Amino acid sequence: MRISTFLYTLRQGAKNIWKNKMFSLASIATMSACIFLFGVFYSVVVNFQSVVKEVESGVAVTVFFVDGATQEQIDEVGTQISKRAEVSKKVFVSAEQAWDEFQKVYFEGSEEMAEGFTNDNPLVNSSHYEVYMNDISMQESLVTYLESLNGVKEVKSSDIAANTLTDFNRLIGYVSAGIILILLCVAVFLISNTVTIGIAVRREEIAIMKLIGATDYFVRAPFIVEGILIGIIGSALPLTVLYFMYRRIIFYVAEKFRWLSSMLEFLPVDKVFATLIPVGLILGVGIGFLGSRMTIRKHLKV
Amino acid sequence: MIKLENVSKAYSAGIPALNDVSLHIETGEFVFVVGDSGSGKSTLIKLLLKELEPTSGSIVINGQRLGNIRHRDVPKFRRNLGVVFQDFRLLKDRNVYENVAFAQRAIGKSAKSMRRKVPTVLSMVGLAAKYKSYPRQISGGEQQRVAIARALVNEPKILLADEPTGNLDTHNAWDIMKLLEEINQRGTTVLVVTHNLDIVKTMKKRVITMKKGVVVSDEQAGGGNED
Repeated sequence: MRISTFLYTLRQGAKNIWKNKMFSLASIATMSACIFLFGVFYSVVVNFQSVVKEVESGVAVTVFFVDGATQEQIDEVGTQISKRAEVSKKVFVSAEQAWDEFQKVYFEGSEEMAEGFTNDNPLVNSSHYEVYMNDISMQESLVTYLESLNGVKEVKSSDIAANTLTDFNRLIGYVSAGIILILLCVAVFLISNTVTIGIAVRREEIAIMKLIGATDYFVRAPFIVEGILIGIIGSALPLTVLYFMYRRIIFYVAEKFRWLSSMLEFLPVDKVFATLIPVGLILGVGIGFLGSRMTIRKHLKV
Repeated sequence: MIKLENVSKAYSAGIPALNDVSLHIETGEFVFVVGDSGSGKSTLIKLLLKELEPTSGSIVINGQRLGNIRHRDVPKFRRNLGVVFQDFRLLKDRNVYENVAFAQRAIGKSAKSMRRKVPTVLSMVGLAAKYKSYPRQISGGEQQRVAIARALVNEPKILLADEPTGNLDTHNAWDIMKLLEEINQRGTTVLVVTHNLDIVKTMKKRVITMKKGVVVSDEQAGGGNED
């Protein structure tokens, strides 16, 4: 394609938007609202997932060994655990460390009560591995595997914690997918409406083009450009607003609600928007393209 | 050049718009097609432009059988035909130059080609000085000249004119006819559909008369059948 034809097509696409100002504005506004909501939702979800991930990383299964297990057996179990892809970290806790920890928790302030056990560790068979996971939904299969290992007496895990977090993650996934789908449909419908009106406004010009011998591409391209431009404007505007809003909000929360910082730490703005900006723009352009393409296929038989 | 063999076109049940029409128009001819409303003249133009498909029969233009042209090749076929309408069909938001250049742009010609050809064709139709004017700023006759310039700028072999003088006064109508004759003398085949029997009688060209979808007469240097 010639550069002059390409530039002409771009100009015509922009002209379509201008000629059809009210509908274009309505489309851009709706698209902006959709992308804005998507952005808000995305920011909330990624922050929430980061909190969930943080919680998940603290959930571990505990692997106890058979009575009288040799160091070799324990090391072998450790080697097998390390080989598992879902394991992020394993910590060996000896019987002595377990007893020290126990004393700290249960005999705080009355340490003399524990002195009777100085030479007789009541937790002699309590050496264990604490195994942490990348993905808590894999806990059940990991526990089954660990129980099958030679030298393992018992594996303790919190099924409730694992299941709740896994279910919650899944719920967030479904809800976000559902909302995004609805927004997509609304935006596609509106762009389609705008392009339909653009086609009606330019019907005479289209008829002339067809009689002169313009190719399908030449006739259709300005409408595709129109849809894509609406998509770009309709996504760039809310993303810019969201960027500054997010920055302001995390700054405000950090300032005014310091007590929250131990429970909730917002992801930095650059990290969130490194994904949100390209995804938002692609979504906008994609919706614009899809809306206009569907419409010209339906209303512009060339 | 243009050959119709037993062409019929029916839009729905009832009298067909064209009924078993056979025609042969040679390269370089100037032909009038006359007839009352509903005689099938406009249907004929639409068939020649491949806007419509005949119900039966075959049409051959410039050696191409229209029935064999695939949908995606229709634009390329139409580039060999120039077309002019009664209502001019100019783009109101573009000036004279842009209206003519539009025909070049639509078929992907370069800016260089536009700069070379558009002024030439505007000079030919006598509108070189008004290239910056918008359609609303020029007369009906001038608007039709712009439409003719647009139809000619891609150098078609055939020019189809559907009632080109229908919206013009006698003086302008004659000017347009003289221009079409000039274009024909340069080698372009010209087919004019018209109601204007005065012009037809005076110009002494081939006249095909149609009535209710049928060719009722075909006269060389004729004056049209008034019945």
